[in-house]
Amino acid sequence: MASNDAQFRPGFWGWLNKRLPVESFIREQLLEYYAPKNFNVWYFFGSLALLALVLQLFTGIFLTMFYKVGDTTAFDSVEFIRREVSYGWLIQYLHSVGASAFFVVVYLHMYRALMYGSYKTPRELLWLFGMFIYLALMAEAFMGYVLPWGNMSYWAATVIINLFSTIPVIGPGLVEWIRGDYGVADATLNRFFSLHVVAIPLVLLLLVALHLVALRQVGSNNPDGIEIKDRRGSDGKPLDGIPFHPYYTVKDIVGVGVFLALFAIVVFFVPTFGGLFMEEANFEPANPLSTPEPIAPSWYFTPYYAILRAVPNQRLGALLLLLAVLAFFFLPWLDRSPVKSVRYRGWLFRLFLAEFTLSFLGLMYLGLKPPTGMYVVAARVFSIGYFAFFLLMPWYTRRDQVKPVPERVSFHA
Amino acid sequence: MRKTVLLAAACLFTPLAIAAADEGAAAPLDWQHWQAGNEVSNTASLQRGARNFFGYCAGCHSLKYLRYSRLASDLRISPDQLKADLLPAGATPADYVKSSLAADDAVAWFGKVPPDLSLIARARGPNHVYQFLKTFYADPSTPTHSNNLALVNPAMPAVLSDLEGVKEAVFRNVEVTVDGSVTTEKRFDHFVTTVPGRLNAAQFDGFVRDTVNFLDYVGEPAQVERRSIGVWVVLFLLVFTWIALLLKKEYWKDVH
Repeated sequence: MASNDAQFRPGFWGWLNKRLPVESFIREQLLEYYAPKNFNVWYFFGSLALLALVLQLFTGIFLTMFYKVGDTTAFDSVEFIRREVSYGWLIQYLHSVGASAFFVVVYLHMYRALMYGSYKTPRELLWLFGMFIYLALMAEAFMGYVLPWGNMSYWAATVIINLFSTIPVIGPGLVEWIRGDYGVADATLNRFFSLHVVAIPLVLLLLVALHLVALRQVGSNNPDGIEIKDRRGSDGKPLDGIPFHPYYTVKDIVGVGVFLALFAIVVFFVPTFGGLFMEEANFEPANPLSTPEPIAPSWYFTPYYAILRAVPNQRLGALLLLLAVLAFFFLPWLDRSPVKSVRYRGWLFRLFLAEFTLSFLGLMYLGLKPPTGMYVVAARVFSIGYFAFFLLMPWYTRRDQVKPVPERVSFHA
Repeated sequence: MRKTVLLAAACLFTPLAIAAADEGAAAPLDWQHWQAGNEVSNTASLQRGARNFFGYCAGCHSLKYLRYSRLASDLRISPDQLKADLLPAGATPADYVKSSLAADDAVAWFGKVPPDLSLIARARGPNHVYQFLKTFYADPSTPTHSNNLALVNPAMPAVLSDLEGVKEAVFRNVEVTVDGSVTTEKRFDHFVTTVPGRLNAAQFDGFVRDTVNFLDYVGEPAQVERRSIGVWVVLFLLVFTWIALLLKKEYWKDVH
């Protein structure tokens, strides 16, 4: 089946396929790649994440044509793009709203994996590649946020880079090395630009390629958490699988339409999203003498920021922030349940998943609020809830009363 | 538009109502919740706002990201009108709106260079600008003999007092408990107009609203175009999604 018959065809198609496996690639990766037929709405977010990546690359290329890196030129050039470049405002809004949309999609994509156990064997590496993409995306978003050189750009960079100063012994020197100056300055902006437009996009593309190759190797999980490869028909094809093309290409286009419609509503009618996607303080140029009140990172970082501020000791807070991100990496080995999907898990797992969801969203909200009074108390409670999900997972996934998993996926045409 | 009129009426009559009532009995003037209620799609209002800006603000404040030509085409001001009314001597339509105030003079006279106002409505919000322009009051203790509720001790004098008149602020002492100990705090209560201006209250409110509307436009000149394109983009995407859904249903008929 993998043989390359197309190379023996007459004409250009044969000539091309003798030199490049176009037809066999399309056949193996799309026409004969079998995906479970019971994907639900949660399975749109993988292809949407890819769309968001392409959108960011394209709009980023055009922004780079007009953006002028440098502490005296960056802010003016962004306003120039918004005001004087033809449809520059549109490209700039697509890019900055696109960053938030990317995180919305990626968080939902990750949550899907939590619900249906997509990180469990044999998909551990697939999950790890995904987590590295998430890390790279956070670095990419943070550095991109600094580039407009608004006042929030400046202060967010100051606060986040200073987190490294809590590392014992090498901390202060490391911070200076990252900034390239004694404070966040022109040198910092220039290196962040280089990393944002060259280094991290390359890393992201490589990781996305690995993520997709690993996915093709093990096949997609599904809402029932059943391996469709275990039940094959007489023709050797999975009984519960359907060819990715045309079934899922045509289905994903519907997801793309809904996503783009919602995205367009934000871009064209509420691009700042009430200060969540573009902060008011960032419409003032960077000013080392004037600190915006309060300094809050972008909404997609606020859960971790809330954990940092919930801890009275700054060094311990920074450590817990790091652990909060890294905890996801260990999920495949923390989860001892014999079943994957939440559909066949017992009440214990459901309880902890619900508790984690509430904690994550609670921390996201609290990260935008000042760290005072009841907000701190709530952030501490939610932080404990956040870590309990991971730390107690080996215990509650083993104790959980799981339900019998059916042999075939549930699907209603 | 009706909302704007209602808000304008509400804002206008609140101070009068308080002034008429017994002191201390009425609620203090709720200036923190005043809404600018401006509409950037109202070109006539933007034209009036531009006239106000160039008459009262442009002497000190620049709009360094806005060209006169862009202003004229967005606000439907003819080249002749632009030349006659707005363009300073020696400037061309392609120039950015710069103030004629020299930085050294500004520091000598006001203690600081007046900020560029290109992005003020985006950075602070139109409501804040509106509240700032409406809450100047006489205060002999400051160098400018005026003060402001929205921005305490501003370097900017009450430049609109010629239009608005001079207001005195009436404060009252309120007992507050902080950590168990009772202290008295001076809280703003209401304004009393002592010297009438050239405009009545309704006219002055319209003047400020038009000016804020103009600054809102300057903050994001493409915003009217953005919304009008957006309607078509969203409509297209809805039709696209509907067709994609029909296509998906057709293909998935044979999946059982």
